[in-house]
Amino acid sequence: MDRADSEVVMPGDLPVGEPVPRDGSLPAGVTAGKRPFALYIHIPFCSRRCGYCDFNTYTIAELGGDESIEKRYVDALIAEIAMARVIVGDQQVETIFFGGGTPTLLPSSEITRILNAVRLHFRLSDDVEITTEANPDSVTAGSLGELRAAGINRISFGVQSTTTHVLKTLDRTHNPEQVPVVVQAARDAGFSHISVDLIYGTPGETIEEWRDSVLSLLTLPIDHISAYSLIVEEGTKLGAQVRRGVLAMPDEDLNADKYIVADDLFTSAGFSWYEVSNWAKPGGACKHNEMYWMNNDWWGLGAGAHSHVDGVRWWNRKLPAAYIKELQEGASPALAREILTDDERAFEELMLGIRTRAGLPLSAVSQSVAEQALEDGNLDPGQYALGRVVLTRSGRLIADALLRAFSDV
Amino acid sequence: MPALPLNEAFLPSQTPPESIRNFCIIAHIDHGKSTLADRMLGITGVVEARNMRAQYLDRMDIERERGITIKSQAVRLPWRSGLDGKPYILNMIDTPGHVDFTYEVSRSLAACEGAVLLVDAAQGIEAQTLANLYLAMENNLTIIPVLNKIDLPAAQPDKYADELARLIGCDPSDCLRVSGKTGIGVEELLDQIVLQIPSPQGDADAPARAMIFDSVYDTYRGVVTYVRVIDGHLSGRDQIMMFSTGVRHEMLEVGVISPEPIAGKGLGVGEVGYLITGVKDVRQSRVGDTVTNAIRPATVALGGYKDPRPMVFSGLYPMDGADYTQLREALDKLQLNDAALVYEPETSAALGFGFRCGFLGLLHLEIVRERLEREAGLDLISTAPNVVYRVIMEDGKEIRVTNPSEFPTGKIGQVFEPVVRATILAPSEFIGTIMELCQQRRGSLMGMDYLSEDRIEIRYSLPLAEIVFDFFDNLKSRTRGYASLDYEPTGEEDGDLVKVDILLQGEAVDAFSAIVHKDKAYAYGVMMTQKLRELIPRQQFEVPIQAAIGSRVIARESIRAIRKDVLAKCYGGDISRKRKLLEKQKEGKKRMKMVGRVEVPQEAFIAALSTDADVKEKTKK
Repeated sequence: MDRADSEVVMPGDLPVGEPVPRDGSLPAGVTAGKRPFALYIHIPFCSRRCGYCDFNTYTIAELGGDESIEKRYVDALIAEIAMARVIVGDQQVETIFFGGGTPTLLPSSEITRILNAVRLHFRLSDDVEITTEANPDSVTAGSLGELRAAGINRISFGVQSTTTHVLKTLDRTHNPEQVPVVVQAARDAGFSHISVDLIYGTPGETIEEWRDSVLSLLTLPIDHISAYSLIVEEGTKLGAQVRRGVLAMPDEDLNADKYIVADDLFTSAGFSWYEVSNWAKPGGACKHNEMYWMNNDWWGLGAGAHSHVDGVRWWNRKLPAAYIKELQEGASPALAREILTDDERAFEELMLGIRTRAGLPLSAVSQSVAEQALEDGNLDPGQYALGRVVLTRSGRLIADALLRAFSDV
Repeated sequence: MPALPLNEAFLPSQTPPESIRNFCIIAHIDHGKSTLADRMLGITGVVEARNMRAQYLDRMDIERERGITIKSQAVRLPWRSGLDGKPYILNMIDTPGHVDFTYEVSRSLAACEGAVLLVDAAQGIEAQTLANLYLAMENNLTIIPVLNKIDLPAAQPDKYADELARLIGCDPSDCLRVSGKTGIGVEELLDQIVLQIPSPQGDADAPARAMIFDSVYDTYRGVVTYVRVIDGHLSGRDQIMMFSTGVRHEMLEVGVISPEPIAGKGLGVGEVGYLITGVKDVRQSRVGDTVTNAIRPATVALGGYKDPRPMVFSGLYPMDGADYTQLREALDKLQLNDAALVYEPETSAALGFGFRCGFLGLLHLEIVRERLEREAGLDLISTAPNVVYRVIMEDGKEIRVTNPSEFPTGKIGQVFEPVVRATILAPSEFIGTIMELCQQRRGSLMGMDYLSEDRIEIRYSLPLAEIVFDFFDNLKSRTRGYASLDYEPTGEEDGDLVKVDILLQGEAVDAFSAIVHKDKAYAYGVMMTQKLRELIPRQQFEVPIQAAIGSRVIARESIRAIRKDVLAKCYGGDISRKRKLLEKQKEGKKRMKMVGRVEVPQEAFIAALSTDADVKEKTKK
């Protein structure tokens, strides 16, 4: 095991799994191709680390101030793409998602280089969805055009809030006025699928401020919204601030109210929920997200990225330098993996499916628990009559509690 | 000088009664009884210095750790008096030092002609010591007042000599001053025991009568019975008979403890020793019973025998339901050595399968619980302790209630509850606050005396139920730890008592029902509903918590429904993490007890029922 990786404890670390062979090969009998296949590409660079964020991302200064790491990282990504091709074979890629970090910190030419490598090794589906995450202040009209030209056809902006003091508490670098400008610029550059991410429950945020954030976005030409309640993660700056009492722990009752406010506003503006924290206009649902929730196969490329193929989950080394080193030596960058049992796979289907509008077949859950949930108003009666378990809004708010009840059989 | 070589000492069964002195030491915990006893073992030479370990006579680990003595033993000490130069046999009978074991103490006292009243020269007498002193005086024992720990800088021997003199009606200068730790005055004390305490009287030719003052189960030997011979002679070849049961036993061994067991030929008048008959259960060899010769039995038993009577009840449940069988086996085993422990299976809707156990008192309860946990490795929940009630229905039917949830619902005529006489000793500045506490606990003042200028003895009649619940804690905190308490049962009284049920979502939780005085029902209801509101996590629905007397609700709280219980995100990298988190939550759910649809964590039951703090505090002092 790499020394650096074993010493650094990052928020959100996974427990140790079993080791992965040096060539990255899958266990016997495990093959891709049984389900649709996607690629996730992790870009672990940010101009600044936000206080709430526990993702695997670093500033250039944290990586030793050497800007050449970006190019070496992309080289490593391209090496991993080639390795993936060998391991999973000739697969058709349905979706590609650039996440971070801040992918748009990379020059567009590097994005192009990555996508060319993908095209070299894999077949892309005719209606492939290629998304990148972006910060409102990390793109310009010019760079948006280049991204579009590279083949990106969907963009997701990390807006989080349009309230200045909330953005400050979250350590976000953009100002609210930039948001409509940049969204319009994306539209002008030819992006037909534009998403924004919002966060509610930031300490100090009132319900009125939250309503204003939501309302100001609904006038923009977007077709997708993700709205997450702020999670205070241990090991983050925010976590320390809450622990020291500098900031208040988010009030989950107030967050429930904020969820309801947002859901009402989204719905009246023509967005419908398709997952607990995601709303879309018709045709705007993120196909890549759906790959996760339908438990399909995907390869996560890059430092700390997670993959899932046919019941095997693995994750790569977290530090970019360690990730690069492995690939330079021709080895798999995977740190560890877990081979799911049938029970674990069934539980994951339940855990993921229950969060979606598609829901679950009634046969997958205990009849008596489902009846009780229906009686309590947590299941959609129409869907229930059709043999589906689909949560109502009150059900979505307690989806984890319902999951525990449903899986208690 | 006066240690007596064993070859010059009298042999067991051949000791003339006039050369025997039987005595016990009455002392409060921490006043140095065990240290003094150890010192006596050393000075009389029965334990060589290199074999000495601290508190030699306290056998069980728990006793050594807590520094208290639960089971008494008798040690035979040969001693040549420094006053007349003659050899004597001193039998030192150890007495249990706590309120719950008054009966055992009374039997130990009945085996003696004299008592050493040992008091810490820095602290003065305590309530339990006083109670035992009165017991000794009732038994006509010769009392030798002794102040211990005179080597301590904080010792005030003159002050406490006055106090002791006033209590037993002697001159302050009669109080001996010793230090068990350094040995000062201990030889003189041994000489005074010989001088002051009368020798035993008995009829050597009469049919044998010996009183059992202790009975201990030993894994290897079975029950070891400690006796004091009153009349006649017990020999190793005898067949003996227990008076209370009429059961006969073959004697396998008879001997004395000095301080290890020494088997001998027999025991004569006035002698103290042990018997082994192969009996496996101490209930067949009960404290207070009379042992006689089966072939030539005595016609009249020695007086004073009583069946042990449980005063305090509590439900004991294994934390893990799968441990039920283990708990039963552990109780069975414990009962071999504890004739006062009673139990029967009980089922609680909330706590599952367990046992309703009867104890002599709170300390007894705590000792049993701790031994079960320690020796059998069990995790236990114990319900709040309660007393036994006698309920007379209007139709004259009588019901004995040892579990509040069994309190009858029909037309009740009268309810009788046990009453105790409590003795409290404290500095006189606390009179007011002590009386206030006792009044609050439905006490009635029986009397008050000054032990010295600044120390008082207050006597109250109190319902036992008021003492089993946090009384001692309260007393201690009101008196900054200075008060000591003793109590003894005096009978029962008619009380205006009701059962308060606690309901979760309309469903009564048996473990939380309590029988309380009518005037206190509301306070109990409010306390319990509030406590539970804090302890029970929010559920998917609102949970009303009610306290009710019959169908009348007297207090109400509610736990608001949880409004949000869902993780924000679940993308690729989150999935394994979230699955593990949910698996952990599911594990947690297994430890929940279901009351209707309400999930109640085990910890909530423990916290709501917890009286551990009270009991632990009580055993310390």
